[in-house]
Amino acid sequence: MDISTHTPTAPPPSPRPGQAENRTVRGATRPGDRIFLGLSRGSGIALLLIMASIAVFLTYRAFKVLPEDTGNFFTTFEWNTNVTPPDFGIAVLVFGTVVSSIIAMALAVPVAVGIALFLTHYAPRRLSGPIAYVIDLLAAVPSIVYGLWGALILVPNLDGLYGWLDDYLGWTGIFDWQGGAPRSLLTVGILLAIMILPIITNVSREVFRQVPRMHEEAALALGATRWEVVRMSVLPFGRSGVISASMLGLGRALGETIAVATVLSPTFEIKASLLDPGGGTFAQNIASKFGEATEQGRDALIASGLVLFVITLLVNGAARLIIARRAEYSGANA
Amino acid sequence: MSTTLTSKHRSTLRGGHLPKWSPLAIIAGSVAAGLGISAAAGLHSSIQWALIAAVVFVVATYGIAAKVEGRRQAKDRIATSLIWVAFLLAVIPLASLVWETVKRGVKVFDVYFLTHSMGVVADTEPGGGIYHAIIGTLEQVGLASLIAVPIGVLTAIYLVEYGKGKLAKAITFFVDVMTGIPSIVAGLFILSFWILILDMGYSGFAGSLALSILMMPVVVRSTEEMLKLVPNELREASLALGVPKWRTILKVVLPTSIGGITTGVMLAVARITGETAPMLLLVWGTNFINNNPFEGPQASLPLYIYQQYANSSGANAAYDRAWAAALALIAFVMILNLVARGIARWKAPSQH
Amino acid sequence: MAKRIDVSGLSAYYGSHKAIDDISMTIEPRTVTAFIGPSGCGKSTFLRTLNRMHEVTPGGRVEGKVLLDDEDLYGAGVDPVSVRREVGMVFQRPNPFPTMSIFDNVAAGLRLNGNYRKNELNDIVEKSLKGANLWNEVKDRLNKPGSGLSGGQQQRLCIARAIAVEPKVLLMDEPCSALDPISTLAIEDLIGELKERFTIVIVTHNMQQAARVSDRTAFFNLAAVGQPGKLIEIDDTERIFSNPSVQATEDYISGRFG
Repeated sequence: MDISTHTPTAPPPSPRPGQAENRTVRGATRPGDRIFLGLSRGSGIALLLIMASIAVFLTYRAFKVLPEDTGNFFTTFEWNTNVTPPDFGIAVLVFGTVVSSIIAMALAVPVAVGIALFLTHYAPRRLSGPIAYVIDLLAAVPSIVYGLWGALILVPNLDGLYGWLDDYLGWTGIFDWQGGAPRSLLTVGILLAIMILPIITNVSREVFRQVPRMHEEAALALGATRWEVVRMSVLPFGRSGVISASMLGLGRALGETIAVATVLSPTFEIKASLLDPGGGTFAQNIASKFGEATEQGRDALIASGLVLFVITLLVNGAARLIIARRAEYSGANA
Repeated sequence: MSTTLTSKHRSTLRGGHLPKWSPLAIIAGSVAAGLGISAAAGLHSSIQWALIAAVVFVVATYGIAAKVEGRRQAKDRIATSLIWVAFLLAVIPLASLVWETVKRGVKVFDVYFLTHSMGVVADTEPGGGIYHAIIGTLEQVGLASLIAVPIGVLTAIYLVEYGKGKLAKAITFFVDVMTGIPSIVAGLFILSFWILILDMGYSGFAGSLALSILMMPVVVRSTEEMLKLVPNELREASLALGVPKWRTILKVVLPTSIGGITTGVMLAVARITGETAPMLLLVWGTNFINNNPFEGPQASLPLYIYQQYANSSGANAAYDRAWAAALALIAFVMILNLVARGIARWKAPSQH
Repeated sequence: MAKRIDVSGLSAYYGSHKAIDDISMTIEPRTVTAFIGPSGCGKSTFLRTLNRMHEVTPGGRVEGKVLLDDEDLYGAGVDPVSVRREVGMVFQRPNPFPTMSIFDNVAAGLRLNGNYRKNELNDIVEKSLKGANLWNEVKDRLNKPGSGLSGGQQQRLCIARAIAVEPKVLLMDEPCSALDPISTLAIEDLIGELKERFTIVIVTHNMQQAARVSDRTAFFNLAAVGQPGKLIEIDDTERIFSNPSVQATEDYISGRFG
């Protein structure tokens, strides 16, 4: 931004507003400049106002219903919002959102880093260009399509994996499977992983591509194998970039609505097993409960949305901080 | 050491080396092993033998390479194969997604499907189409763009051409934050403000408002990037001729970066076209054609897919329509993306 | 430990572009050989073919033979990774690993082979830093990042890193071009000491430097821009600078072109 903003415009000795109209070219253009600046600054301010009003209106609606809540908003395992007085809490949603996002991250980040390395350091050059392009395009596939695919293709194909997990890891309790349709938090996690894979891959690939050639050559000249070059030069340089890419992915996973709603068969309870259907996420709960919600019910959903809003703000803020730190860091070494 | 002890030198430079075809051979072996073990154990899932084959492959590669080439080379080979596995692992679902959508989508995808609504068709019966949903989506996305593009572009101009100080910093920060807002939250905001407080009804326009919130930060970001690419010399040249700043921006800066800005806008349009969650809260959906985005529930393409899936109680006709609509949606989004990237490549400022 | 390099009929390409054409020369062990010539004449490219770094560049390709003592670096079955352990390299711009400490930078090459005890590692790092005339300046801050050093110190750190793995040959690609005169002098002194142990090849743009540090000098030139670079002559440095056998060499050295 700084590069282009400091255009030395050397403001001419400013004519008094009254005289301006009588002057020639310069005077006549000053209103134009003022209007244009006003418009563009106004747009920026409008943007800030929108952000502020999102917070204000969500909070306002949320606090219309929160005092009525007979349960504890953070610990109650119920979502009875259409009765008076309502009884609801977000404990189940917190659990479901966090667990499905953790699964998604655990699956997607290593694979995405792998693909990014594949594209920048392993794939034949002729392949890597088109593949990167296709992955870029896949990042644009709408989430409803992922949802449809997840519900009608992925779910029926997961029985094998579920059976296998139940057979060998069922004793942990986490992977215990009663044999229901695999519309569980694990499936949600897998689907979210697939959905955020392209975005994490793309950002990581960009970061890996920016690794200075001379760092890689330093490792090569010491007799490093390709993997050792990656470990010594590429990963240390790209670490913070990968972290912020992952945060971006996490932000998406936390807020994903429709794909989760199509795949999960929700219940309002916390289950030890990730394989049994049940649980819910913030966004999915809003989408599923909205249709039959009364105005009071909608306010309760808005209250849960406010929590989701705050969580995503925190995650995105953290990502921003990491990126900013990285900029400082690389500047120091330039 | 500098004598010609060839055998000694061999050990330093040469070492054992696996032939080029060895990874393929090991792959073939492990797939066979995976299939064999699965068959022997009576396992039928395709995921299962693939997993077994992958494990066999990694172990075999490491073992063989460590023996012939040494531990460091073995590690390198493992890393290489893991990275290939990561790639293939990702290709399977993503390729399946595209393949299944096309395969299942073409079943009922025809001119009739594109030109008829669901007005006289029950959700569980065959027939009907997405005409009403296309109308809805085009109107909603169009209105959203009308709101978001001017605000986004002007904000970017402010940030690049005028902005310094606290206001610009705050805007930059909150644009980033805004990028991360979940679409459902944007929907809830419009719900609380437009529908619950101002007491407006469900309409396409309510959806447009939410979409425009999602679109603005994307437009700001991409426009900002493009404006920054305009060389400062151009601005200075124009200003030095006595052209006022606002005309410099309109006549020099924007025309120079218009290709990139268009690309950014198109990508943003592609992104919001697929949004379902806010439409669910604000547009409500209908089976009938509603050409007026300002009054009454409308349909939208992504919402149509969701409702065909969710309200059909498993009827195949509804699933077929959902896939066909998904195909239409993907095709629309992809064409937008391809054209946008085409423009970006064609108008790339670095080509000068 | 130093080894002889015997190059015969070597050509290098970037894609379809031929960068250097049919070069043959012999470099004796424990000598310093300087490559001089105008920009674009392929001397750096040639240097990078001597440890197979050229093929790292996309499209990079080599024809011909490079014998290290009697073994062809480009022979069938030769692992470029092992070649680069035998033939170390110092680059134009100092490139210590930015995330590693001074100690770790020097130990980086050793750790690739693993299996050094802490004591051994300490000894080798100290010896290498002393060998690079850097020990006294950094012995109190071995755990600080290498990127915090001055440019000249960073370059000597890179030399320490390169010699820690005990290569047979040390290649230097304009090692002083990014440094101030005092640091340059320090590196030149160092080169004089290092040639006791290594075969050194240095690319330089600075003719005084070539005259000061090298025993032999090779002059490269190209017929025209876009043409491949060629070796014009190689001879004792003294002869090249006093009485070269080719007119072009004399023209270049006396500053008539390039």
